[in-house]
Amino acid sequence: MRNTERGFALRGIFTPTLTVPRQRGGNISSPSPRGRGLGEGGVIIVSMLALFGCATPRGTGDLGVVVERTSGTLQLVDTTGRAVFGRIEGLGDLSHATVVFSRDERYAYVFGRDGGLTKVDLLRGRIDKRIIQSGNSIGGAISQDGRFIAAANYTPGGVKVFRSDTLEQVADIPAMGADGKLSKVVGLIAAPGGRFVYSLYDAGEIWTLDVQDPAHPAVQKFTGVGKLPYDGLITPDGRYYIAGLFGEDGMALLDLWHPEQGVRRILDGYGKGVQPLPVYKMPHLEGWGFYGRYAFVPAVGHHEVLVIDTDSWRQAGAIPVHGQPVFVVGQPYSRYVWVNFAFPDNDTVQVIDVVTRRVVHELKPGKGVMFMEFTPRGENAWVSARDSDQVVVYDTASLQPLAQLASRNPSGIFFTPRAYKLGW
Amino acid sequence: MRRPTRKTGMILAAGGMLASTLVFADVSVARQAELMSLLDQDCGSCHGLTRKGGLGPALTKEALAGKSPIMLREVILNGRPGTPMPPWKQFLSEPETDWLVQVLIEGKTDEKH
Repeated sequence: MRNTERGFALRGIFTPTLTVPRQRGGNISSPSPRGRGLGEGGVIIVSMLALFGCATPRGTGDLGVVVERTSGTLQLVDTTGRAVFGRIEGLGDLSHATVVFSRDERYAYVFGRDGGLTKVDLLRGRIDKRIIQSGNSIGGAISQDGRFIAAANYTPGGVKVFRSDTLEQVADIPAMGADGKLSKVVGLIAAPGGRFVYSLYDAGEIWTLDVQDPAHPAVQKFTGVGKLPYDGLITPDGRYYIAGLFGEDGMALLDLWHPEQGVRRILDGYGKGVQPLPVYKMPHLEGWGFYGRYAFVPAVGHHEVLVIDTDSWRQAGAIPVHGQPVFVVGQPYSRYVWVNFAFPDNDTVQVIDVVTRRVVHELKPGKGVMFMEFTPRGENAWVSARDSDQVVVYDTASLQPLAQLASRNPSGIFFTPRAYKLGW
Repeated sequence: MRRPTRKTGMILAAGGMLASTLVFADVSVARQAELMSLLDQDCGSCHGLTRKGGLGPALTKEALAGKSPIMLREVILNGRPGTPMPPWKQFLSEPETDWLVQVLIEGKTDEKH
């Protein structure tokens, strides 16, 4: 690997305020393999000056990152200027990469598919630490108190926990199911009380992990929760963990206030008698839109968004949509949820009014729409179009595009205020 | 991303996949680029960009060693019932599928890791 692929490279792709060389020759060439010592480079100083206008202190609450999955790079973005201000290179295989943030919103932790865990300093625009923690990872979360990072791994199946400051490993919990086999871990979320909760894909189990005392991790296991749990979420009140089941019609629900009641099935028999369509992209659960007692969630194998009554945990409706939903995300402080779709319908975003339960708008941000991230107060939506190499920023009031940012196969978009939401 | 060279394809084809040799001509260069993108991005969402696996199994050259091309074509076209692997026959012709199988068997040529 070339040295330059490890460090911070300033490209000035879409930065009107930036007056640095655009050509690749302007990149930083680091003498060391991990980009250490970059701060000594004059280019960094130039970049900091260019980014922030002057060398005054800078907040991070309006920053974020865009995952460029194919090139293994991360764009650093500013949601006030609606601009890209830098690119971090050398992050490995970023297909399905996820990102969480330190509680001071300065550091982004990037979980790569290849087991890489990278701590990126948003202010200095460089990699702070990087480790390869497993052979194959699907994501992770940061603990309630911000002290620990937990990574969910496919190979070898299990969870590893690291100190968030040093990335030093403090716990390793293999996901050995009741069947005696190592299972892939999915749907790992941070829960109240310093816990992590996750699902064992192959074994069909849900585990809670308490690492408050990392030398003595405490695991509680719930077995036989259903076939092939593929993702999980925690409700905004921090009370329920819900796992989607790929192998069955229904979901598994754990009441974290009443773990003694065990895991129960909800939405049982959903889609009964209806032949589901082939699923070309697994839906995601983390973005569920919650409105009052109703949650809006992606159906699996159906061109529908489901409405769930969270009092009874029964289906309260189904909204026909353009394709199979992947993400169903609530637009903050509004009556709308935004939906994107699986292949081959992935050139469209639909906006649903949760009051009338109808699609009220349709957007075409480009090909291969992967992700929608809202600014924390909901005035803008950033949408990535992987196959069109762009991120489109929408004004959520007018639904007009405000900016179009060049990006290489962008997938996930993550803004720093995620630091204050429990779950990620 | 590199495509397999025609030459290698022909050699492998001569080694038992004569049909593929004949049908490769049916997959235009432009379509091959689309198929590579599909493989990297859409197959990659479960099998990984580097094909080392994810929710779905690894599809590296090593992982596929000894697997019959006919079986691989069958899985791609018709999926694997009981698993999340969907059928792709709605989007792929048989010649296109054979071309993809060939790409998979040859493995990635620009492996960096």
